[in-house]
Amino acid sequence: MQQLTEIRWHARAGQGAVTAAKLVAETALELDQYMQAMPEYGPERMGAPIKAFTRISSVPIEIHCNIENPDAVVVLDETLLAIVDVAEGIRSDGVILVNTCKTPEALRAELGLQGSSVRVASIDASGISLETLKRDMPNTPMIGALAKATELFDVAPIVSHLTKTFGKKFSQEVIDANIASVTRAYEEVSVG
Amino acid sequence: MPTQKTIAATGNTVVAEAMRQCAPDMMAAYPITPQTTIVEEFAGFVAKGRVHTEYITVESEHSAMSACVGASAAGARVMTATSSQGLALMWEELHIASGMRLPIVMANANRALSAPINIHCDHSDIMGARDTGWITLFAETAQEAYDNTIMAIRIAEHPDVLLPTMSCLDGFITTHSIDRVCIMDDETVTGFVGQYTPKNALLDIENPVTHGAFAGLGGPFFEFKKSQREAIERSRAVIKDVGAEFSELSGRPFGMVETWGMEDADVAIVVIGSTAGNVRHVARQMRESGIKAGVVKIRCFRPFPYAELAAALSGVKAVAVMDRAESFGAEGGPLFLEVRSALYDATERIPVIDYIYGLGGSDVRLELIETVLNDLSEIAAGAQAPTGLVYLGSR
Repeated sequence: MQQLTEIRWHARAGQGAVTAAKLVAETALELDQYMQAMPEYGPERMGAPIKAFTRISSVPIEIHCNIENPDAVVVLDETLLAIVDVAEGIRSDGVILVNTCKTPEALRAELGLQGSSVRVASIDASGISLETLKRDMPNTPMIGALAKATELFDVAPIVSHLTKTFGKKFSQEVIDANIASVTRAYEEVSVG
Repeated sequence: MPTQKTIAATGNTVVAEAMRQCAPDMMAAYPITPQTTIVEEFAGFVAKGRVHTEYITVESEHSAMSACVGASAAGARVMTATSSQGLALMWEELHIASGMRLPIVMANANRALSAPINIHCDHSDIMGARDTGWITLFAETAQEAYDNTIMAIRIAEHPDVLLPTMSCLDGFITTHSIDRVCIMDDETVTGFVGQYTPKNALLDIENPVTHGAFAGLGGPFFEFKKSQREAIERSRAVIKDVGAEFSELSGRPFGMVETWGMEDADVAIVVIGSTAGNVRHVARQMRESGIKAGVVKIRCFRPFPYAELAAALSGVKAVAVMDRAESFGAEGGPLFLEVRSALYDATERIPVIDYIYGLGGSDVRLELIETVLNDLSEIAAGAQAPTGLVYLGSR
């Protein structure tokens, strides 16, 4: 794992991006990494575009500011692509991961990243969520897809952390559905 | 060293945890963003029986601090939390708490004051309360917010001090970010803070006393104020001792002033709160390009560590002060005034430049800090220092 990985999350309020940013940070802590997770707070309205941030590092993290040059950008809602410049500031070796049925190639064209060294990844997280959780909660599958696309974690520590943290408040059925969605997204994400 | 647990938690969560471990007899609180989750989580501890605190929900911060004053005068260990407009609404009771020498401990989530309305971080609220007679500690991180809250109880309740103490953490940046924090076990904290034995408790009916009575013309009002000054001066030694004892237990350093790179620094930035990490990060990078930068972090603002600050800055060629609050019409922000004053007796005259930054949560980007260090480097090399303060990164 490189020294510092910075992740920016784009979503609509209510999709669980803040929880996802937090779950990724907590998983990193279980791997004895240093981490930060913070939402960018604004007027809180369901459906409004929001941002959240996660930092993961093998050494203590001293900085406290927004992430402007992310290594990874995660977009939980593809309708945001039309209204938010999700690629803003991304590092040239970074990756943009979008919850969509489109192919990485189609996404790359839509993002105007033809010829760029930035990697583009797609995963139908909503589709997976509808099948496993029976509702559109793309946040947990996006964690699986992120782990694979960035090679940040294996799927095992995510599953282990989800089991531990969700075990306190959810039924076994819900936990199993979340694990299934994370695992499927980890396996199904396509990176182009 | 006692074992500690490493957790992922927000600043507010660990402040609530520290408060539970300090086991106050009473808390009166009113929610306000970004402090709310402290008193919310504490209320959860009370509801679950994890702490036996008389928890009073009140209709405003004015009432919250009034109730805290009453309970503390009665002889209870009292804690609460607030932020911004809430702290402003407590204004008169802040003076009453310190004037009655009540060791109340309060967390403040540093937030801007209206208008215009803004819920984000700056230090306008706490700097507005700087002359209310409260000991004031600042945290850079969630870890320091946890540690300061526990130390605050010992400092406030020390018989040489008996002054209310505020434990400040930056709104959202520290209150709501999830960070890696080491938490002590309950027994260690219980042992460290000890039992509170109140002096002059109203409920000690064998020894009846009066608190805060009329002390008008010809009365001892003037002498009361002098005794408050003497108490906060005595707190300097107590803060250092408590900090040293806590460091032994936790393995984490504590200083009223904490320095980085000052041994050989040519230029230095003085900073309070969460921005200190950003400054250290950039200073470390700039050292690689030959700028010998140092960082001085103020962890205790009242009493202000004049001597420690002057010693830390001696020998540097230029100093920048980072002020996250205004003092409109003054020569600079509140921290600038303190720093310049601390340097008045220095034999060498050091240029001190005030940077107003981050008001209303304006993001403290790393390139802004680079600008400051580049400015300082040029001034240290003989360039003219700017006249007047600089609004760092304003449009």
